[in-house]
Amino acid sequence: MKKFGILGIVLTAILALLVACGDQGAAGGSEEGSGGDTGGGDDGDKRHAIVFKSTGNPFGEKLMEGFEDAVQEAGGEAILRAPEQPTVEGQIQIIEELISQQIDSLTIVGNDYDGLEPVLTKAMDRGIEVLSTDSAVNENSRMVHVNQADPEAIGRIQIEAVAEMIDYEGEIAVLSATSQASNQNLWIEWMKKELENADYENMELVEVTYGDDLRDKSVSETEALLQSYPDLKAIIAPTTVGIAAASKVITDKGLQGEVVVTGLGLPSEMAEYIQNEVSPWMYLWNPIELGYLAGYTAVALSDGEITGDVGDTFEAGDLGSYEVTETEDGTEVLLGDPFRFDIDNIDEWKDVY
Amino acid sequence: MNTRIISNTKVFSWKHFFLQWEWMLVGLLVIIFMMNSSISPYFLNYTGISDATMTFLDKAFIVFPMVMIMIMREIDISVGSTVALSSVVMASLYNAGVPMIAAMGACLLVGALCGFFNGYLLVKYRTLSAVIVTLSTMILYRGIAYMILEDQSAGGFPTWFSFLGWGYVGPVPFILILFIIFAIGAVLLLQKTTFGRRVYAIGSNPVASRYSGIKVDRMKLIVFTLAGLMAAITAIFLTSRMGSTRPNVANMYELDVIAMVALGGISTAGGKGKMLGAILAVFVIGYLQYGLGLINIPAQVLLIVIGVLLIASVTVTNLRGKGKFQKKKSRKSVQKAS
Repeated sequence: MKKFGILGIVLTAILALLVACGDQGAAGGSEEGSGGDTGGGDDGDKRHAIVFKSTGNPFGEKLMEGFEDAVQEAGGEAILRAPEQPTVEGQIQIIEELISQQIDSLTIVGNDYDGLEPVLTKAMDRGIEVLSTDSAVNENSRMVHVNQADPEAIGRIQIEAVAEMIDYEGEIAVLSATSQASNQNLWIEWMKKELENADYENMELVEVTYGDDLRDKSVSETEALLQSYPDLKAIIAPTTVGIAAASKVITDKGLQGEVVVTGLGLPSEMAEYIQNEVSPWMYLWNPIELGYLAGYTAVALSDGEITGDVGDTFEAGDLGSYEVTETEDGTEVLLGDPFRFDIDNIDEWKDVY
Repeated sequence: MNTRIISNTKVFSWKHFFLQWEWMLVGLLVIIFMMNSSISPYFLNYTGISDATMTFLDKAFIVFPMVMIMIMREIDISVGSTVALSSVVMASLYNAGVPMIAAMGACLLVGALCGFFNGYLLVKYRTLSAVIVTLSTMILYRGIAYMILEDQSAGGFPTWFSFLGWGYVGPVPFILILFIIFAIGAVLLLQKTTFGRRVYAIGSNPVASRYSGIKVDRMKLIVFTLAGLMAAITAIFLTSRMGSTRPNVANMYELDVIAMVALGGISTAGGKGKMLGAILAVFVIGYLQYGLGLINIPAQVLLIVIGVLLIASVTVTNLRGKGKFQKKKSRKSVQKAS
C-alpha cells in the first residue's frame, strides 16, 4: 500500500507539472500569437507559421519578429517555432505538428536544401501554402522563396564599396568562409565579374583566402595576408565571422587608415570597428525586413492573391509592392539591395542584432 | 537456506514493483492523452496521431538493444553517430551507382560493424569504461561520416524508398507495424529466453556471472552489435523520411534513446527493468512532445518538461529495494512538486 501511495503522489505531481506546463505553453503561445487563444481552433483568423533553423539565434529572432509584425498587421495569427538543434529531424517534427494544427501557411528557413522535401510536399498536399526564406529549400518543396538580396548585387556592391574606400587604386584581398560555402563562392564570382569593369583597372584582387568562419583561423589568415602583401589596401570579408576577425587584427596592429575592411557583418559585432573607422561601412540584409516581407508573402499566398508564379505582384505593408521573379531553381521574391551600415546609423542598429 | 529465502522475497518484491511501474507508464500515457486533447483541439485526430507516431518511432528501434546494454550495467553513447555513419555510407554508395537494396544492406553491415567494434574494445580492454569507449567511437564515427560527405548532403533516392518512412499499410504506418514486430521479438528475447536471463544475471553481478559459466564477453559483443544494427535500421528510416542525408543527422539521438530507457524504469545500476517499460516510455515521451508541440510551446520548455519527467522517474525507480527510505524520499518528492 505504501508503494501505491508513492505512485499516487508522483503521478499527481507529474500531472500537476504537465498541466502547469501546458498552461504556461498556452500562455506563451498567445503572447506570441495575436492575443487570441492559440489552441482555439478556427476562429476565422488565418494562422501563419514560421520555422527557423534553431532556437537562440539572434538573426532568427529578428527574422521571426519581422514575420510576426507583418502577419499581425494583416490580421492573422503568427506561430513562431524552431527546433532546439539546427537539424532537419527537428524541423520535420515541428512541421508535422503544424500540419496537424491545419495552419494556413508555413514559412521555412531550411536546415537542408533537399532534406525537407518529403514533409513540405506533404504539407502542400494538405492545402498549406509553403514558402522559404533566408536559407532556401529546393523548388519542389516550396511555392516561392523570399530572398534577401540577389547574389549579383551582393557581390558587385562590395567591390563598389571597396573601390570608393581606396580611391579605385591598390591591392585588395578577400577573406571568405569555407572554400565550399556556396553563397560566398557565388558572391566572390560576382565580385570578380565586377572587377573586370574598366573603372577598376588600377585595382588588383591578389588573393581569396578562407577563414572557415572560425574566429582564430580568420585571424591567422588575415595576419598571413598582411605579411604576404605589405601594400594591401583593403580586405573584403563577405562573412560575419571573417569581417569581425579582420577588423580586430587591423585594429590591434594599429593599421587604421592603411588597410580598410568591408563586407557583410553583424552590426552588434562591427559597431566598434565602424566607429574606429577600420571599416568605414559594411553591409548586411535587415533580418526584420526579410521576415516582414516573408510574412506578407505568406499572407498573400494564403489569400490567393498570388500563387508563387512569375509575374505575381502583391503589397508588402510598409515595404511597398513586390513582384515574384524567376531564378534558376523556382521563383523568388527579392527584398532588395543589402542594407548599408555606417557611422551614422550603426548606433541604432548595434543593439538590434 | 536463509539467504535463499531473502533473495526470493527480494526478487518477488521488485517484480511486483515493476508490474506497477509499467502500469504507471500506462497511466501516464492516459494522462498525456487526456491533457493533449484538452489543450489542443487538433490532438484527437487519427491522421495527426499516426503521423506523429511515425516521427518519433525511427529512433525507438535503438531502445531495444539499449535496454539490454543498460541492464548489463553498460552504456552506448555512440549510437547517434552510428546512425549518421551508416546513413552516409548508404547514400554515398547509392549515389556511386550501387543498387538501393545493396546500399541498404551495406548500411546494416556498417551499423553492425560499428556496434561490434564498440563491443570488441570493451571486451579486449576490460578496464575501460563503456562511457569512454563509446564516447571515443561517437567522435570517431561522426568524424568518418564527415570525411565521406564533407559538409554536403546526399540524396536522390528511388521513390519506393520514401515508403519506408512515410508509407501506410492500410490505415497503419509501415514503421509502426515493423516496430511492433520488433517490440514483440525484443520482449520475448529479454523476458522469456536464456539469453535474456543471462543479460539480467550479468547486470546483477558480472563477476558471479563469469564464474558461473556465462560467456560475459560474448554476450557483450552480441548486445553491442545489436545496438549498431538497430542504429542502422534507424538510419534507414530516418534517411527515408528526410529523402537525403548529411553527416550531422541523428545528433543527440543517443540521449533521446537513453532518456526513453531510463523513463522505462531500467535502473542505471544494472540488473533491473523490463523491455515493456522502455517501449511504453517511447510512446510517453513521443506523445508528450507531440501534444506540447501542438500548442507551440518553445523548444526549451519542452526540454525542461522532459528533464523533470526523467528526474521524477529515475528517483522513483531507484526507490525500489530500499524500502526503509521510501517514506523519506516520498516526502521529498512532495516538497519538490509543491
